Amino acid sequence: MNVVSFIASRLLQMVPVLIGVSIVVFLAIHMVPGDPVELMMHGRATPEGLAAARAELGLDQPLLVQYWNFISGAVVGDLGTSIVQKAPVSEVVGERILPTVLLLVMSSIFAIALALPLAIVSARRADQPIDHAIRLGGMIGFAMPPFWIGIVVMLTFGIWLDWFPISGYGRTFWAHVYHLVLPSFTVALFLAPILLQSLRAAILDVMTADYIEVARAKGLSERRILVKHALRNALIPVTTILAVNIGWLLSGAVVVEYLFSFPGLGSLLVRAAGQRDYAVIQGLSVTFAVLVLVVNLIADLACMAIDKRVARA
Amino acid sequence: MHLSDPAKAVATAVPLLEVEDLVVEFRQRGRVVRAVNHVSLTLGQGETLGIVGESGSGKSVLCRSFLRLLPSPPAVVTASRISFNGQNLPDLTEDQMQAIRGTDISMVFQNPMGALNPVWPIGDQITEGEVVRGRLAPANRRKRAIELLTRVGIPAPELRVDEYPHQWSGGMVQRAVIAMAVAGAPKLILADEPTTALDVTIQNQILALLMELQAETGTALILVSHDLAVVAESCDRVAVMYAGRIMEIAPTDRIFVAPKHAYTLGLLGSIPRIEGGDQALEPIPGQPPNLADLPPGCPFAPRCRFASSACAGADMTLREVAPGHFSACIRANELGGVA
Repeated sequence: MNVVSFIASRLLQMVPVLIGVSIVVFLAIHMVPGDPVELMMHGRATPEGLAAARAELGLDQPLLVQYWNFISGAVVGDLGTSIVQKAPVSEVVGERILPTVLLLVMSSIFAIALALPLAIVSARRADQPIDHAIRLGGMIGFAMPPFWIGIVVMLTFGIWLDWFPISGYGRTFWAHVYHLVLPSFTVALFLAPILLQSLRAAILDVMTADYIEVARAKGLSERRILVKHALRNALIPVTTILAVNIGWLLSGAVVVEYLFSFPGLGSLLVRAAGQRDYAVIQGLSVTFAVLVLVVNLIADLACMAIDKRVARA
Repeated sequence: MHLSDPAKAVATAVPLLEVEDLVVEFRQRGRVVRAVNHVSLTLGQGETLGIVGESGSGKSVLCRSFLRLLPSPPAVVTASRISFNGQNLPDLTEDQMQAIRGTDISMVFQNPMGALNPVWPIGDQITEGEVVRGRLAPANRRKRAIELLTRVGIPAPELRVDEYPHQWSGGMVQRAVIAMAVAGAPKLILADEPTTALDVTIQNQILALLMELQAETGTALILVSHDLAVVAESCDRVAVMYAGRIMEIAPTDRIFVAPKHAYTLGLLGSIPRIEGGDQALEPIPGQPPNLADLPPGCPFAPRCRFASSACAGADMTLREVAPGHFSACIRANELGGVA
């Protein structure tokens, strides 16, 4: 199977997944207590006023009709209108996608940059003191709540050392990158231990493979064996683990985005949920679902590039 | 008795490999498992030595210890001497050992399906050793790989050289592994059960290929196998291992006709023969000893139908019972008539 038809078939597979996600999201939001229209009117509207507002928003119609309105609009990119911001949801959500994607990309790069060398050292010195120290450090990083790590990172690199900004997003691309250093580093400190553990285990596993002994018998150096033969094979399972975690981080980064006053999807979700801005919540949920699927597709493509057997499967 | 006794020819020539008093132990959590127990042997230039024995008798560990391929810890290798081509291998640094591996001594392994890296094209793996050593320009890599694959009888190598291991059958991958082993023009090839994981028909092809390449290049070969038939077909001499020791070592034609060790006799009795008719197989009773708790004297004595009280205190050094024929059995001379 070639790459193009692989991508095409994976994109087709996304359709039923997205339909399923939209149904779940739609039903969940309508079952949550709290009438959005009443919240919107701050309890000051007359019953007639409320009814008029409901009619205007289409909320007086049967659920099935409402769902149809939602899904038929979503297909052409119309996710409804934000009750609170009085703006199209596609716009409200759309302007925040890029910042969050950038945050995830930078977090992943930082996490890999941290985890890869440590995992190599840990695996090569398995069960020696340095390995135990690295793994303990990883455990601590993983066990710390992200908001606490975020505050410590802010204080250290933002206030005391004054190297990086602690809030905002900037205007140009490089300003974005600059503003994203601390939030990304915070997310990476949480993500790196997961990668470290799985990469260490994968390297140790691969190092017992027959072809590693064959490589040794060929007279290759340990360094070459590790870099050229072991690491590439060890990266295959870790790529999938990274993808799963990035999907999970999409919502997990909420706290970090909030902490760094960062205009991403996560902080928008927190606000929309508090305001019962159901159109925005629906739009966000669908966006998250698409992003998770895209991240997994990218991971599969990466695995294909590493291991030719996947391409044929 | 043959006139051209290979053992005699070997004795006069300068040996390629001389191993003296080799012991390999695996030490872990206070437990000491002695996998190879005071082994000495000599291998001539271009000679083929078969090493036979049951699983766990130390055959594979012995071969890996020459190349220093055993993970240490837990493996601890000690020897008075492992002299190869005039160099004492234990004296060499790790870098010097790396220079020997794959060039002077190469190895063929038991399980071909795991022997190649799944994410690399086969051609690149075959030529990797030469490229890394600077003996082959990367530009000529593909050409050289095709040449090597042709030598080991892969059909249409120019079409298959860029393929990946999962696209090949076990027999073909084993040919590729052999191509990799002969690429460096080694003086010695260690073949660790090279045919065990293959179909019977493929086994013979692989064995024939090894013999053919050996005849072409004059390389010496140590062929490890638990299959006596494989060894009988291809080896000049055979060493029989049991519980980490060489029990008997002799020219091939002698060891099958006139074995001088009770264990060898037992092994020969366990082979099914078509012409045997209704003659029942005689399996050796009992189990091999625990290598962490070896009995004193002859390790085979508890299972041996010829054992006497003297066996428990037997001196296990090899004694020459006939020209070129050595046995560690203290009753070797009484065994003559049994076969």
